[in-house]
Amino acid sequence: MAQAKSTPNMIREVNVRPERKSRMTRLWQNNKYLWLLFLPCLIYFILFRYVPMFGLIITFKDYNLFKGVWESKWVGLKYYKMFLENPDFLLLMKNTFLLGLYKLVFGFPAPIILALLLNELKNAVFKRFVQTVSYLPHFISNVIVASMAIMFLSPSGGLINNLLGVFGVGPINFMMKPEMFRGVYVLSEIWQHIGWETIIYLAALTAVDPRLYEAASIDGASRMRKLWHVTLPGISPAIVITLILNIGKVLEIGFEKVFLMQNPAIYETADIISTYVYRVGMEQGNFSYGASIDLFMGIISLVFIYGANQFSRRVSETSLW
Amino acid sequence: MLRKLSPFHLISTFILLFVVVVTLYPFVHMLAVSLSSDVHVMRNEVSLWPKGLNFKMYEIVLGDPKIWTAYKNTLIYTVLGTVIAMVVTSMGAYSLSRPQMAFRTPLTMLIVFTMFFSGGMIPTFLVVRSLGLVDTLWGMVLPGAVSTWNLILMRTFFSGIPRELEESGRIDGLNDIGIFLRIIVPLSKASFATIALFYAVGLWNNFIFPLLYLRSQDMFPLQVLLRNLVLAGSVSSGDVTRIGGDNQIVEESLKFATIMVSTLPILIVYPFIQKYFVKGAMIGAVKG
Repeated sequence: MAQAKSTPNMIREVNVRPERKSRMTRLWQNNKYLWLLFLPCLIYFILFRYVPMFGLIITFKDYNLFKGVWESKWVGLKYYKMFLENPDFLLLMKNTFLLGLYKLVFGFPAPIILALLLNELKNAVFKRFVQTVSYLPHFISNVIVASMAIMFLSPSGGLINNLLGVFGVGPINFMMKPEMFRGVYVLSEIWQHIGWETIIYLAALTAVDPRLYEAASIDGASRMRKLWHVTLPGISPAIVITLILNIGKVLEIGFEKVFLMQNPAIYETADIISTYVYRVGMEQGNFSYGASIDLFMGIISLVFIYGANQFSRRVSETSLW
Repeated sequence: MLRKLSPFHLISTFILLFVVVVTLYPFVHMLAVSLSSDVHVMRNEVSLWPKGLNFKMYEIVLGDPKIWTAYKNTLIYTVLGTVIAMVVTSMGAYSLSRPQMAFRTPLTMLIVFTMFFSGGMIPTFLVVRSLGLVDTLWGMVLPGAVSTWNLILMRTFFSGIPRELEESGRIDGLNDIGIFLRIIVPLSKASFATIALFYAVGLWNNFIFPLLYLRSQDMFPLQVLLRNLVLAGSVSSGDVTRIGGDNQIVEESLKFATIMVSTLPILIVYPFIQKYFVKGAMIGAVKG
């Protein structure tokens, strides 16, 4: 519409400057209400998303609450050096990476398998029931999931230990054993999100052309072959997109649940970058140091998701951007 | 009527039943234990069904004024937060969905970028602090006013509304705000409900904001209280001795009762609102 209106103006006005000015006015005329609608959103993103990004300059300063960002002294890369020379640096990196990797390796295929099983179900009522039930834990708070995990795994009367007791195994203090933490965490993640994450695959499954199944049946394909040659290729774009997103998030493990499930006795495996940042920054008040570690990881994470996207673009022609 | 049951079918049904049991059993167990008398809990006799049914634990939990304060706080944060989030997000999403909006693409890119990179916990805290939002109601609702994901979801939804509807409004003399309020909003009730529910659940379950931004006890929402009671284990010993019995066991029942009290609202309304959530997730799934 705007294009059509501008044609007569262009013919009439020979001078460039007034024309440009009128284009600006028209832009304003066309957009002012939309801009007004967008304004709160813009303010939000500037204040709570972009100002903190510029606030990252405190990682090069000795930030002091009383002096503020500008008055604090520049210290260059002091805090980055401090982190790289910290004996805990490698351990924290390893813990963060391994926890994310385990979550990816076990947590990523789980919903795909569940979705495929649900898809094979003929009974619609049972299918709906399983779906409804399995989505539920996604809406339970991390505090409750962590509480449940800790209480069920408790060596004194916890549900799991009672169960193990029946088989004569006995009581294991799960939350005090560093070697157990990753397993417990990943299982709780799967329990919480497996159902919800099937939705994307179930949506993709409904889009698979039923004629392909018919054709495969005529060719005498077994159920497994149909699954392999029709169903999986049909949902592979969804799988690839989710995989890229998940690889990108390997290092971005949710702070809340790890923080709630860990305790000093198992820091050896349970302490990850974000919980360390919280302790150093928020509890001990070392803002610059905490923010430096966070930024360091944020950049690695950005590289991760970029790399995953490039890789998938080359291999499968599916990508996020 | 006997269908041929292939082994594949049997195994998959078994696995799905297993998923259902593993998902539901913890809740059933917690409910049963919290409703049982301590003698039976102590002997580990309670699994599916309460033994020696009594409501002692619930009387204690509900008799504690702290839980009511926390409930009230959570309700306020959730309702106010959802309203603010919906206003800001829907208006922003609508303007970003209009093709005639100037700088639409660069703005969208700048917004999407925040999904992959952020200032992080500490710089955000410092901003919230310098705005004077620490330990205020606004600190709970403003820093999370827009979820980038929900914004993109709504934008996708608005882009799907036929242009003709907007044109008809323009002919009737409405400006963009009028079109949004009079035409777009009434048309999109279902997707508003969906996004509002996402926000509401997020706010209800939020733990990190109160952890970072709240200081005073009487501002704490349910999640923080729960964490203090259940995880930090600060059940006031007075409660335990008042009931008698084995402290450890009574404490367990008491914790389960606390968990049930704070989860029950979600467990009860969930089956009715579930379809909205799924719808929202589907919009997201289609667009990737």
